[in-house]
Amino acid sequence: MSIQPILEVEDFSKTFMLHEQGKELPSSHSVFLKAYPGRLTALIGPTGAGKSTVLKGIYRTYLPTSGRMMFTTEQGQQIDLATADEHQILELRKEEIGFVTQFLHTLPRQSTEDVVAMPLIKKGISREIALEKAREILGQLNLPERLWAVSPATFSGGEKQRVNLARGLLAQPRLLLLDEPTASLDPKTTDRVVELINNLKQTGTAMIAIFHDMDLVEKLADDVVELAPPIGTENFFNSDTNENA
Amino acid sequence: MSNEKVLEVRNLSKVYGKGCAKCFESTGPEHNTNICPHCGSIVAAHDISFDLYKGEILGIMGESGSGKSTSVKNLFFDEIPTSGQATFFDDGKQYDLFSLNAQQKRHLRNHRFGMVYQNPVLGLNFNVSAGGNIAERLLMSNLTNYSEIRERAIELLRRTEVLTERMDEMPKNFSGGMQQRVQIAKALATNPPLLFLDEVTTGLDLSVQAAILDLIMEIQRESQTAMIVVTHDLGVIRLLAGRTIVMKYGRIIETGLTDQILEDPQDAYTQRLVASAL
Amino acid sequence: MPNQANTSDIQFRQASVEYNFGFLDEYAKKEVRRSVLKAIAIPGYQVPYSSREMPMGRGFGTGGLQLTLSLIGKQDTLKVIDQGSDDSVNAVNLRSFIEMTCPGIDTTTKVSEANLIQSRHRIPEQALREDQVLVLQVPYPDALVVVEPSEDKRKIMHGEADYSRLLVKLYEDIVKFDEITISHRYPTRINRHYVIDSSPIPRWDVPKMNDSRALILLGAGREKKIYAVPPYTLAEPLEFDDVPFRVESFDDETDKRRTCHRCGCDHSFLDEFVDAISGEKLYQCSDSDYCDEQLKARSVKQGLEG
Repeated sequence: MSIQPILEVEDFSKTFMLHEQGKELPSSHSVFLKAYPGRLTALIGPTGAGKSTVLKGIYRTYLPTSGRMMFTTEQGQQIDLATADEHQILELRKEEIGFVTQFLHTLPRQSTEDVVAMPLIKKGISREIALEKAREILGQLNLPERLWAVSPATFSGGEKQRVNLARGLLAQPRLLLLDEPTASLDPKTTDRVVELINNLKQTGTAMIAIFHDMDLVEKLADDVVELAPPIGTENFFNSDTNENA
Repeated sequence: MSNEKVLEVRNLSKVYGKGCAKCFESTGPEHNTNICPHCGSIVAAHDISFDLYKGEILGIMGESGSGKSTSVKNLFFDEIPTSGQATFFDDGKQYDLFSLNAQQKRHLRNHRFGMVYQNPVLGLNFNVSAGGNIAERLLMSNLTNYSEIRERAIELLRRTEVLTERMDEMPKNFSGGMQQRVQIAKALATNPPLLFLDEVTTGLDLSVQAAILDLIMEIQRESQTAMIVVTHDLGVIRLLAGRTIVMKYGRIIETGLTDQILEDPQDAYTQRLVASAL
Repeated sequence: MPNQANTSDIQFRQASVEYNFGFLDEYAKKEVRRSVLKAIAIPGYQVPYSSREMPMGRGFGTGGLQLTLSLIGKQDTLKVIDQGSDDSVNAVNLRSFIEMTCPGIDTTTKVSEANLIQSRHRIPEQALREDQVLVLQVPYPDALVVVEPSEDKRKIMHGEADYSRLLVKLYEDIVKFDEITISHRYPTRINRHYVIDSSPIPRWDVPKMNDSRALILLGAGREKKIYAVPPYTLAEPLEFDDVPFRVESFDDETDKRRTCHRCGCDHSFLDEFVDAISGEKLYQCSDSDYCDEQLKARSVKQGLEG
């Protein structure tokens, strides 16, 4: 392949140390993957394979236990996300790496359109333009207009997910991590999401995604990485809950 | 957030009492105390180091007695540290905070730093009106035009959502949340690049808390003010801070990105703290 | 009766011979003079000194008195003023005490004749000269006392020229009353640093401190402080750019300047009183010497015209 990967994960492992129980809990073991501009890499594998852990490791919500995650910045600088300075990570989160999770933490007073526009405003785009774009994408994701000025705190799961997606897609990061972005969406909206993700690919965004639905993997994935649960945890009952804690 | 460093703290320590050679080795999380068993001195903070960047909100989390407030009070010159260094970067200049003379310290306090205390009595002068409190800070920075002071006070109170009709009332007539808003307005009067917030929402109603936190985020967004938020409340940390320092018995036991501290805490104490809050 | 008073007066005069010239011993005077020198060197700074016990209650001008007694010599001519008048009880008592304890000095009621003037509540209307020293009696020397009870903290505030809280006082005044209502003891900044309590002089007199040709010394006996406004020194009342300091207005309801009912003067500080018989409000010069001078000038003029 002629294009260079934007992210190269090599031998990533994550083991949680639970001090209270005096227990070690392996979550991901020796993961290798690459993400390319304009392409989507899908992570597949059974529950407990540590798919979410990998995404959180890349985003540094989890501290990797071992491995390298070489990210190439817009300026062409190589940064190992596993060991990068926290300020560097915050800067990358603001400018280059986005994450759409299934969960949404917002303040009760912030309106939905503000929540969605925020990453753009933080990048220095005028509030007016950012809000305009926010409304546009909220429309595309079929979120009823009457909800735009309301705080998403009281929204249903599906509505919250749309807000989350709108925010993550609108920011147009160079690398976008997607953790089951369509889990609670109706088929019609899911189609819109597919369309939007394809559009984003056109702009050169690299994506790493987890889909609950193999159909979507087929529709969207350019590369597929299959993960297996770390040895000794195949039957660990709660591993999936832990990943999403 | 940009890569401009605002504050660099290195090895800051504060001991109350006469201190002895064994103070530091006999206190801290592994000894479960901050009181030196040899001399009875209190090691309120030891070996505190961190950086703060422009537009960044840094959380300092810990239980009472962990030294989180002490650290901030030393930086705001409310206390004099026992040892350590702190450098403040401002407008192309840098200041070695702990070697400044009294007048230089006062200048920074009045012009370049802002402090919001948990107890409004510490941050507000209760003998003068809300507007007068803001005027005081403006007068410190040598603004000498009455109408301008008045206008600026109105602007600040409007921004912090205090009814400007009430600006000439005494702070004691205000609710706790309103007092905090006036305190924030006062702290912001000189557009300081560095703001300290010490348990600012503690003791307020939940809805009032949310509104104050919202205000703080808005200030950070609009003014790129660097802030240090001291709190024992994980919710406050989650909403405000990009990075978080966890303290216990006067020491930093863990530091990291806030979401990492909350979702993948490394230290046993932090794990307990996070688990008990969820 | 007059004889009796005379006898005790003579007895006191004889007794006072036992005292040093100027009542205070020379060491005490030296200490005051040293403090005066320091006060002149640091304009507006309150120099602490060991205020001596005087044979009168503190608060009756013992601070001013100790300054006068430390500075006066046989060749000097003294004038003592209380509320603008040489004849009020306090002025008379202080003057006769100084006369008794400083044999050989001259006293006068005329500003022009005096080279040392001790005063309470007023600065003479007539401009002072370089060869004159004005001593003001001060009850409360520290302008910051209204905003900060701790003297330790006040000292730091003075040192750092931190007068914002005093200015807030003025701000609150304007908020409440649309103007600065301080009528006397107006906080005044000396030589761009220290703010002094200008002693209980009316606002009318504050501008006279600025760039004064005479040395102005202020003494607080009870509070044990001496401070100075040296000659040709800036003395600026605290104010806002857009709410400037103003002296008292003596305009009547028709915006016409009131005049002294005795001498007709239209540019002096006036006292208001009610005529016991007619019940009419009357205005008269507060500075009695100045009033006399104006009256004399007027009668000479009238004499010439007549």
